[in-house]
Amino acid sequence: MEKNENLIHYLLMLGDNSMILGHRLSELCGHGPNLETDIALTNISLDFFGQVRSYFQYAAQLKGEDFNEDKIAFLRNERQYYNATLLEQENNDFAYVIVRQFLFDAFHKELLEQLMNSKDTTIAAIATKSIKECRYHLRFSSEWLKRLGNGTEESHQKAQLALNDLYVYCHELFAESEVERKMKESGIGADLDAIKHNYLAIIHQLIAEAQLKIPETIQRVAKGKLGFHSEKLGYILTELQYMQRAYPDMQW
Amino acid sequence: MVVSTKHIENQKLKEALYSVSDPEIPVLSVMDMGIIQKIQTKGNHVYLEIIPTYTGCPAMDTIAMDLKIALTEQGFESEIKLVLSPAWTTDMITDEGRQKLENYGIAPPMDSTSDKAALLNGKRLVKCTNCGSTNTVMVSQFGSTPCKALFKCEDCLEPFDYFKCLK
Repeated sequence: MEKNENLIHYLLMLGDNSMILGHRLSELCGHGPNLETDIALTNISLDFFGQVRSYFQYAAQLKGEDFNEDKIAFLRNERQYYNATLLEQENNDFAYVIVRQFLFDAFHKELLEQLMNSKDTTIAAIATKSIKECRYHLRFSSEWLKRLGNGTEESHQKAQLALNDLYVYCHELFAESEVERKMKESGIGADLDAIKHNYLAIIHQLIAEAQLKIPETIQRVAKGKLGFHSEKLGYILTELQYMQRAYPDMQW
Repeated sequence: MVVSTKHIENQKLKEALYSVSDPEIPVLSVMDMGIIQKIQTKGNHVYLEIIPTYTGCPAMDTIAMDLKIALTEQGFESEIKLVLSPAWTTDMITDEGRQKLENYGIAPPMDSTSDKAALLNGKRLVKCTNCGSTNTVMVSQFGSTPCKALFKCEDCLEPFDYFKCLK
C-alpha cells in the first residue's frame, strides 16, 4: 500500500509540472505576440494537458474508489500540488515565456528519456509517447531563445532579464525529494543526478549560442515539489478550479 | 479471434472501420492513420485497441465514439480501449493515406531531417500541395491542429498545411 502511495505522489509530481505550465501557456490563448506563436504556445499547452490526463488517469486507477482524473486535477488544495516553482512563474513578457519553456523543455527531455526505461510499464508508455512531443517543444523554445538572444538589443536585454529571474529556480528540478529517491531506488523514477549533468551541459551550450550569460545569482531554495508554493499558484488555482468548485462534478 | 488490421475479411466490419475518420481530416480513415492497433472478434462482439496520435488531441474521444456508433450501425457490439503503447508515429500512416492527404491539400509527413531543414533554411523538400513545387518555406512549426505545421509555397504563393513528422 505504501508503495502505491509513493507512486501516486510521483505521478502527481510529473502531472502537476505539465498541468501548471500547460495552464500558464493556455492563458496566452488569443494573446500571443502574433498568430503563429499564439498557435504554437496553445498547441504546446494542449500536448501538456494530454500528458496530464495520462498521468492522472493512471493515478486515479491506482487510488481506486470514486477517484477520477478531474478530481485529481481540480479538487486538491494548494499544498497538495507538487509542481516545481519554475512552472508557476508568470507570463511577464514573451522572453519570460520562452526562457521558462526552454529551461523546462531541456529538463523534461532528459527526464522522459530516463522514464522510457521505467520498470512501471504505464509510466514508460506515457514517456515514450510524450518524448516525441517534448523534442518538438524543445526545438521551438531553443530556436526562439537563440532568435531573441541574437536579435535586437531590446530582445537580447529582455531575454537576459528573464534568464536572470528564472535560472534561480532550475536547481529545484534536481533537488531530490524523498518520494523521488524511493521511486529511483525501485527502478520506477528517474535519477535526477544523472539528468543534472546532461541538462546543465545542454542549457549552457544553448545559452552561449544565444549570446546570453549564465546568471551568477545564487540558486533559490524552492520547495514547490514538496507542496510549498509561491503566492502565484494560488491565483492559478483560483481560476483553474473555479468551475469545479462552483458547480461540483460538472461535465463539459 | 484476432483480425489482422491489414486484411479484414468481414466486409461489414471493414466498412464500419473505414467509415470513421479524424474529424479534422475527414479524408483519412482511422485505418489509413494506423491508430487501430488490435482487432479481436468473438461472434458479434468486436474489441478494438486504439492509440492516440497526440496525447492531448481532442479528436481521440470523438473517434472512439464514432467507432462505437459505426459498429453499432453494422450490428456489432463493441468495446474500445485507448492504449498508450506502441507510441504512434507518422510512419504508421498507410501509403494510401499519404496519397489521400496530399489530394486533400495537406502535404504528407516526410522525415524529421526535412522538418529541421525547413526550419533552419536548409534544403527545401516539402512539396506544395497546390502546384507541386518544392520551393516552400515553413511559416510556423505549429498549425491549426496538433498534427499540422504551416507552410507557404514561394512559387504559387499559396499557404498549405504539412502533416508534422512524429517519430
